[in-house]
Amino acid sequence: MNLEIGSPLSIGLVLGVVIITAALLITVERRLLGFWQERLGPNRVGWFGSLQVVADMIKIFTKEDWIPPFADRFSFVVAPGIIMSVVLLSFAVIPFAPNIGVIDSNIGVLFVLAMASLGAYSVMLGGLSSDNKYALLGSLRAAAQMISYEVFMGISLLGVVALTGSFNLREIVEAQNDGWYIIPQFIGFVIFLIAGVAESHRLPFDIPEAEQEICSGYHTEYSGMKFGMFFVAEYIGLVLISSLITVLFFGGWLGPNFLPPIIWFSIKAFGFIAFFILLRAAVPRPRYDQLMSYGWLFLLPVSLINLLVTGAIILSSQ
Amino acid sequence: MFKLIADTLLSQVRTLWLVFIKLFQKKDTVEYPDRKPYMFPRWRGRIILSRDPDGEERCVACNLCAVACPVDCIALQKGEMDDGRWYPEFFRINFSRCIMCGFCEEACPTNAIQLTPDFEMAEYVRQDMVWEKEDLLINGTGKYHDYNFYRVAGKKIEGKDKGEALNEAPPIDVKSLMP
Amino acid sequence: MIVLFYIAAVVAVIATIAVILQTNIVHALLYMVVSLLAIAVIFYVLGAPFAAVLEAIVYAGAIMVLFLFVIMMLNLGQHTRNEEKSWLTPRGWIGPSILSGILLAQLLSVMADLDQDIIPKQVGVMEVSALLFGPYVLAVELASILLLAGLVAAYHLAKPK
Repeated sequence: MNLEIGSPLSIGLVLGVVIITAALLITVERRLLGFWQERLGPNRVGWFGSLQVVADMIKIFTKEDWIPPFADRFSFVVAPGIIMSVVLLSFAVIPFAPNIGVIDSNIGVLFVLAMASLGAYSVMLGGLSSDNKYALLGSLRAAAQMISYEVFMGISLLGVVALTGSFNLREIVEAQNDGWYIIPQFIGFVIFLIAGVAESHRLPFDIPEAEQEICSGYHTEYSGMKFGMFFVAEYIGLVLISSLITVLFFGGWLGPNFLPPIIWFSIKAFGFIAFFILLRAAVPRPRYDQLMSYGWLFLLPVSLINLLVTGAIILSSQ
Repeated sequence: MFKLIADTLLSQVRTLWLVFIKLFQKKDTVEYPDRKPYMFPRWRGRIILSRDPDGEERCVACNLCAVACPVDCIALQKGEMDDGRWYPEFFRINFSRCIMCGFCEEACPTNAIQLTPDFEMAEYVRQDMVWEKEDLLINGTGKYHDYNFYRVAGKKIEGKDKGEALNEAPPIDVKSLMP
Repeated sequence: MIVLFYIAAVVAVIATIAVILQTNIVHALLYMVVSLLAIAVIFYVLGAPFAAVLEAIVYAGAIMVLFLFVIMMLNLGQHTRNEEKSWLTPRGWIGPSILSGILLAQLLSVMADLDQDIIPKQVGVMEVSALLFGPYVLAVELASILLLAGLVAAYHLAKPK
């Protein structure tokens, strides 16, 4: 078995590492949040709390998996599966290293965007089928937020795509040999970062599940493993956004030669994961209308201007 | 506009930085079961019944603590010994109701009931939270080492008649005409 | 590849029939999403990855989400389901069936004349863009003006008084 794009070993590696990373993030996030809030975080289970994941998993697996009698069973059961499969499918096009990856697609960027937009169904169906007012409010917010921020996410990516001249994520990485796109596309990077947080609805943009306002939002009625799928999918989404930022703006696997490419990729991606956790620890949640007006009145014009200027510079340099 | 953006953006970045450096600062958490916190001597915790320096029960079953208790968690029954001393036949504190307010300690005329700096009294069975006199009584004087109620009070008991207590004037013969 | 095409086609047909027969509107919408995704797979198999992804992003990802969004706002329950059921009487089927039967016959006759094989020809993003901004630039500009008009109208309607 050799390691190359699309080989079973490579696919298994990607799937396994992504899921294990997401599971480990449950502990890592709680520990880091603890440190940043002058606490210690969970450190009782195992060596420095390393087995907390196992404890959490056992808890989630053994909890009663309850479907409310008033819920729409079909949609209720389907919803967590959608988000899980959608975020995992997105990893198909991520280039982890020159020889690690699932497919080498010419429409990689668009594929990720398509999967992100399909992810909205999970949240909406989950909230709608629960037949619960908080869940419905949460999914309404989630739907509006996700389809709005998809727009800015897509437009902010187009600068990178225009610079490379390809939707292929591998070509995007290879085109960054001369310099990472963070420098020419800094505005695009900032917009993508903000839109990515909103898209994976993590704090500070976790308005669909704002505990203080609407209970737990769209997954209020979920319990047991179905809740666990929402929970883990959020972390996988976090890993996905971090990997995407690494690939698009920070040169993916590129780095000095003394470390293998996959290590460089992991270091960069984990840096962004930690940054997202830091955002969660530090920044308070905006109000819902503030989020929407910020997106449409500020991010949209800025991202359009960014695209315009990028296009003009490319055109004039030809 | 640009000033506003710069202000808001920079303040966010500053927030992130200030939170980030907390990673390297001392944590506030006290790892409790491994490291016990220092409990101050006058902490209001578990309630005890103390004895006087002679080893007798201090409680005289006056019921003041039960009256003072805002949650009515104290119950007791007066008994009387042959020598004239009063004592509680039973003395029961329901710690599942007790709010550790310390009013009973303030009300107690004999310093019998006292609060101690012990707070680890969780139980799995609620009935175990009801403490009887045997559980409450300690073999010591608590916070007041020399105090003995019967030695200073005018109450007549065997071996100490009226007027024989500390700092007590002899009883006045009301039938006498002398000043 | 051609097996994928037939599987996706069957899925699309079944899902579309289910959209019509389903009385629960949310389930009907889900079937419609499945149908659109199946059509996206067909596009991909036929060599148009860009169209496939746009189908997924725009139709399945944005328009159907908006449909679902509107359905959430409506108070739907058992009574709408009963209403839907009452509309699905055999009498109501006759007209549409005849019309679509005629269309199907036409389609089959046209397809019988074609003796071309389905030869997937890859059309990349670059070719599509070159066509869009080359020969068809007028259509693109007209469409963008229409969208701009819609945007301005929406802004006007949503403007706080």
